[in-house]
Formats: sequence, structure tokens, C-alpha cells
Amino acid sequence: MSEAFSPDEMMTIAAARALGNSDICFVGIGAPSAACNVARLTHAPDITLIYESGTIGTAPDVLPLSIGDGELCETAVTTVGVPEMFRYWLQGGRISIGFLGAAQLDKFGNINTTVIGDYGAPKTRLPGGGGAPEIASSCGEIFITMKQSLRGMVEKIDFFTSFGHGSGGNHRQELGIATKGPTLLVTDLAVWKPDPVTKEFTVRSLHPGVTREQVQATCGWEVKFADDLGTTEAPSEQELNTLRDLKARTKAAHEGQAA
Amino acid sequence: MAKFTSLKEAVADNLRDGDVVAFEGFTHLIPHAAVHEAIRQGRKELTLVRMTPDLVYDQMIGMGMAKKVVFSYAGNPGVGLLRRFRDAVENNWPHALEVEEHSHAAMANAYEAGAAGLPCAVFRGYKGAGLKNVNSNIREVVCPFTGETLAAVPSVRPDVTFIHAQKANRKGDVLIEGIIGVQKEAVLAAKRAVVTVEEVVENFDDVHPNACILPNWTISNVCVVPGGAHPSYAHGYYIRDNASYVEWDAIAADREKFTDWMNKNVMEKDETVFASRIENLKGAGK
Repeated sequence: MSEAFSPDEMMTIAAARALGNSDICFVGIGAPSAACNVARLTHAPDITLIYESGTIGTAPDVLPLSIGDGELCETAVTTVGVPEMFRYWLQGGRISIGFLGAAQLDKFGNINTTVIGDYGAPKTRLPGGGGAPEIASSCGEIFITMKQSLRGMVEKIDFFTSFGHGSGGNHRQELGIATKGPTLLVTDLAVWKPDPVTKEFTVRSLHPGVTREQVQATCGWEVKFADDLGTTEAPSEQELNTLRDLKARTKAAHEGQAA
Repeated sequence: MAKFTSLKEAVADNLRDGDVVAFEGFTHLIPHAAVHEAIRQGRKELTLVRMTPDLVYDQMIGMGMAKKVVFSYAGNPGVGLLRRFRDAVENNWPHALEVEEHSHAAMANAYEAGAAGLPCAVFRGYKGAGLKNVNSNIREVVCPFTGETLAAVPSVRPDVTFIHAQKANRKGDVLIEGIIGVQKEAVLAAKRAVVTVEEVVENFDDVHPNACILPNWTISNVCVVPGGAHPSYAHGYYIRDNASYVEWDAIAADREKFTDWMNKNVMEKDETVFASRIENLKGAGK
């Protein structure tokens, strides 16, 4: 049995496990970036990590603060311009997984990072989509990771920044989108996958010690649980050490850069 | 043909009230010094184009210089939201701001189309995305060969583009290294272009044949401003000043604090201050 771990650590590690050695992954900043690099530093050393700043095949020693940190370029196989990144590599269909975070998410994996409230008179103006709208439609499939909260996981999102499964079912195909869309959601409490028919996210495994009630209490829609609901395997010592070392290196590096 | 001038002269010569202007640099080589000079010269009614508005447009918006902003990600990278941009959009402070919002793919394609002299960019995008419903400049075209419906946006054709780069040679050719972003496209799409550089070298004889170089005849003015990207970074010269990005969040959160900071750090200074701002950040950026 491994030592104690936080829900955040479990989330990052469970997300990391979903990535394979041969994946070509378009990495969103924040939680996805941590998960992708833990995967690279544990079971998937040859995974190709791509950041939208144009860095292809990057292997940073510390987590970048922005998607364009120098570390990403220094360790990349190659760095291309941003138009080429989006045209040849993303639109060209060369990326197998897009890994995104979300401010607001609904049960069909649609993401809002644009506004809270009305677009024309927003209550909160969020940063917007950046690369996400086309990442969501052009990558082979989409993984999403975020912490659960009633504010974040809602019945109805305020804005469709990135299209997931729309209103469910075959909505993607109806819009002419050929890629799979969201196939995995990893939160701090559970691992979710879309129902094969309705495409609604369904809890497949609870993280160790987490109850169904906790998942429902921090989710704004009525949660569906799989019939064969499992328990997420606890982080191994190697996984935990890798993540903690990465975070410690990152903290030291970013603090050291203060003027 | 590029002229070597002071930054003050370059901004006065090239940036006019009402211009469509791009200050580009995608998370790297962000032309802070040029933006600060534009702020000191008090240009008004600008249409600000930039993929990631970042601190530089937060400052120009807060100073009341922007009529409109065309963008795709309005955040403080790694920190959070842009407080001055938010205040303008949510509360019309210091005045109302027109917003034309795109995705990165659209903006990158639009710059490229601008550089290519095309009226619009065509790409596979915005599928199911809500921006289509709130931005009338996002439209559709049907491929005449396959019948596929594709997204179309107008190309970006700035009156003037400002970028920061590592170096120029004596002739005024400019070399950009590292994360090159959309700078080449933004310069070639514009009628006029101003480049601030870290240094001038004799020639580029030792440079790789496929390096990203903008020939001097694509540039209006070259200005030597060491540290001119700070708190952004210049690959090979100095690292990103992450602490300044974090501090900006608190400064920009308050109108008075913001105005005070702008007076002390921008209005009462000139571009020579940037060299001192990178003193502790040099050397590690290799």
C-alpha cells in the first residue's frame, strides 16, 4: 500500500495513466500539463508532447508556467511557427489526443472558458478559447481533467467555447466532425467515460476513499454511475515521487526566477 | 528599407491615432518597450490585434487607448485573468471596448492570409463553437472541389506591426529565434513594421541557412532596446520574469493602483529602463 496522497495528486496520476508511449498529445496548460509530464516521466517516456506555442516533442524538466516557456523550446525536437502548428499539425490530423482543462463543463463534455453570464454583458469575462475550439474538433480524441465543483460542473454551460458531444448521441457527426471528441474525464474524485450511446459522462471508478455522495455533492448534474463501478488504483510510490519531484523542481525554478 | 532610429522616433513615425496595430509575440519576445512608448505618446482609438492580449494590452486598454481588440486568448499566462480587460468589458472602464474574438487557429490563419495578400483565411474550424454566433466575422465557405463546409475569417492586415527580436545585423535584417509565434506573418501582413532588438551584430554569417530572418526591406524601423521584451523573455538573452506576471494581477485588480503603477513605471520612464530590468534574469535563458 502506498503512502497518503491528496485528491489533486490522484487526479494528476490517474490522468497520466491514460496516456500511452506512442501518443501524440496536444497539451493544455495547468492540470493537463502536469499529467502529461508525469506520464512522460513514468510509463510513457517516448510520448510526444506538443504545446500550442509550436514546440513539438518537448521534454521540460520543470512544468512551464505558460504554454510558451523557454524550457519547452529548449527541450523540443523542433519548434515551428504558430500558423504551421495549427495548420499542418493540428488541422492536418497528426495529433492523437488533445488534453484540456475547463472552467465550466457539462455532462456531454462541452467546455466553457469564455464567459460566465451573457456574452454581450458578462458577469465574468474569462480568457476565452485560445487553441481549444480546434483542439476539440481536430485531435483524434479529447481527455479532460478538472477539479469537481458545483460552479465548474454544471447542467448547462454559459458558452460553447469548445464542442464536446453537444447535446449527446451523434451530435458531432451531425455537425460533420469526424473525430471522437471527449473520451475521458478525470477529476479529483473519479474517472469518467462517456456512455457509448448517449455520450453522457458516467463515473467508471471512484478514487480510493471517495463516495458516490461526494461525487454528486460537487457536480451540478445528476451523476450516473457505471453498473460495474470500480475503484481507481491508488498512486504507486513511483508515480507519487515523480509527481512530487516535478512539482518541487517547478516551484524552485519559478521562485528562483523572481527579479 | 529599415532605418535604425530611436524607439521614440519609430513609434512617432509609424503609429497614428485610429490605426489597426498588432504588437505580436506569442508568449515570447513580447514587445513591452514598444507598447510603453506607444502609451507615453498617448495614441488613441486604436484597434489592437494580438492573439494573446496579455499584460501589454491590459495596460493599453486600461490607459484608454483601445477602441477595439481583436484576439483569441485574453489571459495572464499561468496566472489568471486580465483585470483591466475585464473591467473594460464588464464595466466599460475607462470606456467601452469593442471585442472581436477568435480562436488561435483563426487568428494564426488570418495573419498568414494577411502575409499572403489574401482577403480571407479558410480553414477547418469553429465546428460547434459558440463564437460563430457572437462574431459576424466568422463565416463559412463551401469547398468548390469537395463540397466540404469550411470556416472563413477576414485576413489581418495591420497598418503597423511591432515585434521584438534577438538581433539585427548592420544592414537591418532581423533574426528571430526560439518560439517564433506569428511574428513573421504579422510583419509581412502589415503596411509598416517596427522591430526592437536586443543587439546589433556585424553580420549573420554564422546563422543557420533556414533561420527565421526578416530581410531589412520588410521592416520600416529597427530600434536597439536591450531588455525590450521584459517581463517576457528573449531566448538566449534572459528568462521570463514570472514574478512580474504574478505581481501584475494585484496591480491591475485596482484602478488607482494601476494608474499609479503606470505613472511610475511607464509615463515617467523611457526605454532605457528595460536594460536594468533584466539584470538578474540574464544567462539562464539558454
